[in-house]
Amino acid sequence: MQTVFSIGVDALAYGMVLFVISIGLSVTMGLMRVVNLAHGAFAMIGGYIASYAARDLGLAYAVAVMLAVVGTILIAIPVERLLYHRIYGQPELTQVLMTIGITFCVIGIANYVFGPTLKTIPTPDSLREPVSLGFRTVSAHRLFVIACGTAVALGLWYFIERTAFGVKLRASVDNAAMAAALGVKTEVVYAVSFAVAVGLAAFGGVVGAELLPIEPYYALRYMVTFLVVVSVGGAGSIPGALAACLLLGAIDTTGRYLMPEFGEFFFYLAVIAIVWIFPRGLAGRAK
Amino acid sequence: MKHVAIAALAAVLMGGVAHADTIKVGVVGPFSGPFALQGKNFKAGIDAYMALNGNTVGDDTIEVIYRDIPTADPAQSKALSQELVVKEGVQYLAGFYFTPDAMAATPLLEQANVPMVVMNAATSAIVTKSPYVVRTSFTTWQTSTPIAKVAFDGGTRKVISVVSDYGPGVDAEAAFKAGFEAAGGEIVEAIRMPLQTNDFSPIMQRIKDSGAEGVFAFLPSGPTTLGFVKAFNENGLKAGGVKFFAPGDLTQESDLPALGEAALGLTTTFHYAVSHDSAENKKFVEAAGKAIGNPAELSFPAVGAYDGMHVIYKMIEATGGAQDAAKAVEAVKGLSWESPRGPVTIDAESRHITQNIYLREVAKADDGTYYNKEVQTFEKQGDPGLAAAK
Repeated sequence: MQTVFSIGVDALAYGMVLFVISIGLSVTMGLMRVVNLAHGAFAMIGGYIASYAARDLGLAYAVAVMLAVVGTILIAIPVERLLYHRIYGQPELTQVLMTIGITFCVIGIANYVFGPTLKTIPTPDSLREPVSLGFRTVSAHRLFVIACGTAVALGLWYFIERTAFGVKLRASVDNAAMAAALGVKTEVVYAVSFAVAVGLAAFGGVVGAELLPIEPYYALRYMVTFLVVVSVGGAGSIPGALAACLLLGAIDTTGRYLMPEFGEFFFYLAVIAIVWIFPRGLAGRAK
Repeated sequence: MKHVAIAALAAVLMGGVAHADTIKVGVVGPFSGPFALQGKNFKAGIDAYMALNGNTVGDDTIEVIYRDIPTADPAQSKALSQELVVKEGVQYLAGFYFTPDAMAATPLLEQANVPMVVMNAATSAIVTKSPYVVRTSFTTWQTSTPIAKVAFDGGTRKVISVVSDYGPGVDAEAAFKAGFEAAGGEIVEAIRMPLQTNDFSPIMQRIKDSGAEGVFAFLPSGPTTLGFVKAFNENGLKAGGVKFFAPGDLTQESDLPALGEAALGLTTTFHYAVSHDSAENKKFVEAAGKAIGNPAELSFPAVGAYDGMHVIYKMIEATGGAQDAAKAVEAVKGLSWESPRGPVTIDAESRHITQNIYLREVAKADDGTYYNKEVQTFEKQGDPGLAAAK
């Protein structure tokens, strides 16, 4: 019984890490209809900024996280204006080609500037200590990530479903021409959504760095995982992405505990089964 | 086409003898991509050797030609090696970070009359693929066997083995098992983890549930070791007194700044630590650190490359610059010298390097950096993997 609880805690923590890192991609793919393969690259930029701020400049963890989010958004603004701007509404292939190109450029630049070694983001002592849950210990950082995931899920849901901006965003997504005709500045809506998505990527990159360490190939290494979460959850759906992460986290963790030699078998088996039954993902909307 | 290739090859071979003034060495390794750091270490080792020993042997000038192979890709390795031999006219092939890459190029050696000096690839069998292969690195068997003795002598009797599920991981598991069971210990469980594991918590739970007193681990150096070592601490295994044993791939110097405090006190066995205390090594670290740019990036492939160049220089000396692979390889059989890692010998029979294996512990230096501190020496270790395969 203790083992079951123990696996449950690990599964929840891993699922939440996946959620925090992938939700930004779900926003770009579902709401903005851009297949953004450079999502991992933005997460990685966030990680590098946080690492530089906390390790080399000695700033506090919270400040480093803020700097990472703001810094990544600032870097993303010219990229959005010059590059992403052109591919809104273009066929998927064009988007894939351009965003993967951006990814390779970012990898090259990161390798050149920061070198090929692993970069860590020093966490404060309060997050580093193991916390006893009675039946086992778990690192405080994991609990912090679970809290972050919950906060991001609630905040984003409120932002999209309950604010005036969320209404404009959904209107622009459903029918850009009509939304524009009604006076919604779709350009601004897209730019803000893109900034939010990039900010979330950076945030996920930083808080998830304990599990997915920052190094130049981060951008490519975890791309499949991000895409799987989005396609299983249904692009653009926050509850869907959350459900997908928790489910996949649970399956992956249990599989690894019981039969590690099967590797990713159970993870991908679950993905195939879900996508077969729900071709648009758990909470995907029909086009 | 084939005739043209052979004719070209013949022309190059004869050309090699006629113009002995420049001798080319072709180095195949990962100079870009996720393993670029290891390729950089190859280059640093080679540059350091040439900086300290000059770029000439007798009247001949040595020229090194690099070919990039970002990840393990046997077909590409063979193509690049062939191109080096046929088009560039190299007299020596060297480098090879991954086993499959080295294996794929071995069939070329005899026909091309070119010796191969393996500077890293660590599977025992490579040297058996061609009589012209010489290796100056290590094998996973060689570095994993002594830790089994360390574990047993330290009083640990029940160990769980946890390795990444790929060639070297399986080698490490077999080597540890052989050594530990021969000593009288027991492997309570052997787990093979997928290479793509990000979250090691479930594995740590398995280790805890197995009731083992110690864990033997092998993972390729890089991002995954960080997650593994952190999970080991955070899940309370370190605090719970579970001992940690591994070959030195897990605590390679370039990963130590990232591992930091989490790695403190980990014991590993390996053939080379950048901190090794000898005059040879000081000279090497200074020259290689300069060559690589950032000395913190220096790690074990550099010393494999440095000694590889030593072997190639000796081969050129013995053949007087003429292309004669058989004579060159014969000349270095049994060759002994003082390497930055300690005294080494090319074993005359296996053509693999016999060397000291050191037990090291991750320690904190006065300036706050972490390093592998050598605490015990296992002298003149051969490769037990070859004997085990027979």
